[in-house]
Amino acid sequence: MNDLLSTVDWSRGQFALTAIVHWLFVPLTIGLSLIVAIMESIYLKTKAERWRRLTKFWMLMFGINFACGVATGIILEFEFGTNWSNYSWFVGDIFGAPLAIEGIAAFFLESTFVAVMFFGWKRVSPRFHLLSTWLTAVGVSLSAYWILVANAWMQYPAGMEFDPAQMRNVMVSFADVALSPVAVNKFFHTVLSGWVLGAVFVTGVSSWFLLRKSNIVFAKDSMKIASWVGLTGIILTMWTGDGSAVEVAKVQPMKLAAMEGLYDGSYGQSLVGFGILDPSKERTDDKDPMMMEISIPKGLSVLAFHDTEAYVPGINDLIEGRMTGPDGNIIETESYTERIEAGKRAQQALRLYDEASAAGDSAAMTAAVTALKADFKYFGYGYLNSPDEAIPPVGLTFYAFRIMVMAGGYLLLYFIVMLFLSYRKPEHLENRWVAFLGLITIPVVWIASEAGWVVAEMGRQPWVIEGMLPTRAAVSAIPASSVQLTFWMFVVVFTGLLAAEISIMCREISKATRRDILADDKH
Amino acid sequence: MAAPTPPTTQADTPRGFFRRVTDLYVGGFREMTVGRRLWAIIIIKLAIMFLVFKLFFFPDKLATEYDNDADRARAVRTSLISDTP
Repeated sequence: MNDLLSTVDWSRGQFALTAIVHWLFVPLTIGLSLIVAIMESIYLKTKAERWRRLTKFWMLMFGINFACGVATGIILEFEFGTNWSNYSWFVGDIFGAPLAIEGIAAFFLESTFVAVMFFGWKRVSPRFHLLSTWLTAVGVSLSAYWILVANAWMQYPAGMEFDPAQMRNVMVSFADVALSPVAVNKFFHTVLSGWVLGAVFVTGVSSWFLLRKSNIVFAKDSMKIASWVGLTGIILTMWTGDGSAVEVAKVQPMKLAAMEGLYDGSYGQSLVGFGILDPSKERTDDKDPMMMEISIPKGLSVLAFHDTEAYVPGINDLIEGRMTGPDGNIIETESYTERIEAGKRAQQALRLYDEASAAGDSAAMTAAVTALKADFKYFGYGYLNSPDEAIPPVGLTFYAFRIMVMAGGYLLLYFIVMLFLSYRKPEHLENRWVAFLGLITIPVVWIASEAGWVVAEMGRQPWVIEGMLPTRAAVSAIPASSVQLTFWMFVVVFTGLLAAEISIMCREISKATRRDILADDKH
Repeated sequence: MAAPTPPTTQADTPRGFFRRVTDLYVGGFREMTVGRRLWAIIIIKLAIMFLVFKLFFFPDKLATEYDNDADRARAVRTSLISDTP
């Protein structure tokens, strides 16, 4: 049992490491592909040579990131098959179909058009080249879509039916899986945050040029485009973030309660703008969960239900079976104790199915399937010893959410300032402090982006599939030591990849500071 | 009167098309500068992933341990119904 728990922990750690590293590359690919496509469009419209050279420089940055990041996500699929075999079998074609589409779309769109982007400047017509650049940008986002559909299904399992004979979920509605509101919101929120990250990267690197008094025109032109993309991106990211909060309130209210450190809900619930959690707080004690807080009155009710007076349940309310109804009032539903009982009944039905199947008793199998379907919604709760096990790690979820939101607020201000300076006071962009601001914003946007994923993934614990399969049941019966070994191997490989990306990028940027990017065509 | 048929160029034929695609890749690879290093990274990375990680450390557990889907389903069912408190 201890070894199993250790396997779970190491497998989770390994998956988190891989996903976090993969996500260092992906949003930059998404953001830079769009910015490059916009720059090339300007070149084709204006026929001004400087826009071609500007495009080519940022395309080089895109290429370095693409080369270092490509296929890092494949390791996640290796981990599914080895470390998470129960899970990868249990999810069935729900997970397989979107990932297969992703693979095909990524291969044909990205691989083909990326080649034209880099090799085709003198070999295809300018219009076809531009089309390829835009199709690369679209392809990058499309492949992200299918991954996000798969992830959204784990948060909100829609469009499927469990088949006990195959022991896997079978898709009954592709549309429900592919167009679930959670998936659509997640896609836009994630891709738009990629725009922001790409824009911060461009303004940050441009700031470096300005700080070094090199390629001033190039840097200022780049900042204009990036500031527009960044401002548009951050406004839309906030808007879709609001949509995500509404979906979380509907389908994962426990995650929302953890994001807020909210134990006892109320009507017209306030939102913690800034706060420090009391680490000694226990679910059942009367202590205030916050050691200090700055709250926005009724903010959480507005955020979650767009209603100042709506009831927002806390962790205790959910465990006791109180949720928000469609009109914003309290409704009584199953308590977590009842869900655990239902989960155990579902598991017992599956046992009976297994026995009936072995005995070839089809009548008993049918009866077991009927019993299983009645309680399958809470199948995963049957693995829990107590309702407390259904609570996500509150501290991590709470602080990660605040880091993401505060960084988002900062980025909104940052792009307003950058856009204003780019058009109205471009000479101030050369100010040392403004350039320094551009540079330090680069890590901020990555931290915000990763923090968003921490909220999404830690906030849904203990589930790997919401309500259906807890993380510890999803793992394979393999020794923890084997996962430990590959964990450290990944640390070495990923560190090497990151070092390669950063060093190649820094070398190219450094080389560019010593020449006039707009005057020569060396890259 | 029917519109005149445009003359067929080499690029319009399938052979011409494939020639141009080949030229795109061959010429592109030949003229690479930073790209050479990037391709080296991609190839080394893919080799480590598929020839080391996948081959030696990440077998598909169910695919390697069981012969057919029915056995795999049974194995998962046994695992899931036994792992309860």
